[in-house]
Amino acid sequence: MSITRDDLIDFVYDEARMLDEGRFDEWLELWLEDGHYWMPLDWKQEDPLHVTSLMYEDMFMLRLRVQRLTGARTFSQKPKSRCHHVLNRPFVDEMDHEAGRFVTNTNMHYVETRLDDQFLLALTAVHELRLVEGHLRIANKRVDLLNCDAAFGNIQLLP
Amino acid sequence: MGRYTDNPQAVAALVRGREVHRDVYIDPEIHRLEMKHLFANAWVFVGHDSQTPNKGDYFTTQIGDQPVIMVRHSDNEIKVLYNRCPHKGTKIAIDRTGNTGKFFRCPYHAWSFKTDGCLLAIPLKKGYDGTGLEEAEGSKGMKAVGAVHNHRGFVFARLADEGISFEEFFGDSLSSLDNMVDRSPAGRLEVAGPPLRYMHQCNWKMLVENQTDTCHPMVAHESSAGTAVQIWKEMGYTEDDPKPPAMEIIAPFMSAYEFFEDMGIRTWPNGHGHTGVHHSIHSKYSEIPGYLDALTETYGAEKAEAILTENRHNTVYFPNIMIKGPIQQLRVFIPLAADKTLVESYIYRLVDAPDELLARTAMYNRMINAPTSIVGHDDLEMYERAQEGLHSDGLEWVNVQRLYEEDEDFDEERVENGTTERQMRNQFNAWVKFMTASMQGKEAAE
Repeated sequence: MSITRDDLIDFVYDEARMLDEGRFDEWLELWLEDGHYWMPLDWKQEDPLHVTSLMYEDMFMLRLRVQRLTGARTFSQKPKSRCHHVLNRPFVDEMDHEAGRFVTNTNMHYVETRLDDQFLLALTAVHELRLVEGHLRIANKRVDLLNCDAAFGNIQLLP
Repeated sequence: MGRYTDNPQAVAALVRGREVHRDVYIDPEIHRLEMKHLFANAWVFVGHDSQTPNKGDYFTTQIGDQPVIMVRHSDNEIKVLYNRCPHKGTKIAIDRTGNTGKFFRCPYHAWSFKTDGCLLAIPLKKGYDGTGLEEAEGSKGMKAVGAVHNHRGFVFARLADEGISFEEFFGDSLSSLDNMVDRSPAGRLEVAGPPLRYMHQCNWKMLVENQTDTCHPMVAHESSAGTAVQIWKEMGYTEDDPKPPAMEIIAPFMSAYEFFEDMGIRTWPNGHGHTGVHHSIHSKYSEIPGYLDALTETYGAEKAEAILTENRHNTVYFPNIMIKGPIQQLRVFIPLAADKTLVESYIYRLVDAPDELLARTAMYNRMINAPTSIVGHDDLEMYERAQEGLHSDGLEWVNVQRLYEEDEDFDEERVENGTTERQMRNQFNAWVKFMTASMQGKEAAE
């Protein structure tokens, strides 16, 4: 099977739709077991480990995050938050068919709402994708917020 | 002028032993008075001197509602100046950090100042000849705060010119800061990256009180820590299996009440205190290879062990910071309004210690205290519900009487059951003291 640019672009759109529709268990299935979701705190941050990030989560933490959202005593999700991604067409930055490795770069506007509050984040998401057994999977995802150095209230879902 | 301005009796009456009046959290006049009196009379954390390592390096922040610049002067000392041009009021520096060289230059009319604030030059100065400039307030340059003290890298300031000394204000509570610094084999910390910045729509004191509130973790954090423990069990592990760092950090939040009762709380005079006298949620972190050896080389085996055996949980330095010595974290609760607080969470590198320690510290910071943290979400939800709930007229008082004793004397150091709210009462005792210390009519009240 040969991956096309359209396959990559469709993947990024489909992933955002899963998050917006709250299909988090399905979303977790997209990930490779050793993947990390990284949201830097600093502009152009290079080190995820020895300075603070907003998120640098492995599959254990992502599963915990998703499972918490549905818990009976998850008070900050009573009522639940909703989110919405608006995507620019992703750039396809790398296509290595031989290694089965692909990198996209996507500008998005992310809206999250709960009760009377709603906020907007502008961000760039970089997806490192791998072709495994005929399916594209997320090897790593980096989300850079345009205003990463601003003070935020709760960001409860996944930009 | 409202009910509380220049009325120390009315301010003191908001705190009555077992209870505090809701106005301490929701009243805008009380907030203004806190800025004018409490944050001027107390010693308030400004920054760490590793944020300004070179001459001319500066860092902008605020003490209460006062914008200040912390800067390293040409003599290598740290100065703290009001961030205001004495000419027209323009803020001199806007960047959070930078280097100004040998002098500050106002971007509006180019008045310039040495890094200790002294006026250096005014363009076209002859225009002031014969006008009595030397008598003007502005001719003195950028005003410095009342007093500055650098304790092993941690810079504190008192805005008021006169008042309590640094040593008297902190007393033996400095043992927590000292333990945090001693954990570096070089006896030195360095700030690691920018702080998390987390906006809270609640009063700053709710955050400070929560630092020694040991009856909330197993309730408010059940959704995060409890779920983590549950997933861990579902993966087939038991409590005694070695845990990955994330589990080491989050699982102890679900410890039973007995764990928190037994850990103990110590209070010191002037509103300082800490949880985790005997043990804490940080006690069982796994050893990092090479670290004990490095500490032993510096201090000898006995002292190295004593440093690591101290696992204080949260130390509150009144009025508005908390430190975690075992993981080198410092959180500042910056009051912006009665119902608005900016929380900045810093981490520090132990100079000459293995990098794995810093990795654990950074993990703790993002997992527990980020605006994206599932644990932070639990806390903020509670604070904001409380801020709204306090406006209910059904009741006017907030209860802080767990393990209350008659005639509590906060001028003595005490160690108590780890679930006491004595430290909250200690903070309010200091709150009244520093709120009313400079109020007119104070003498009449005594």
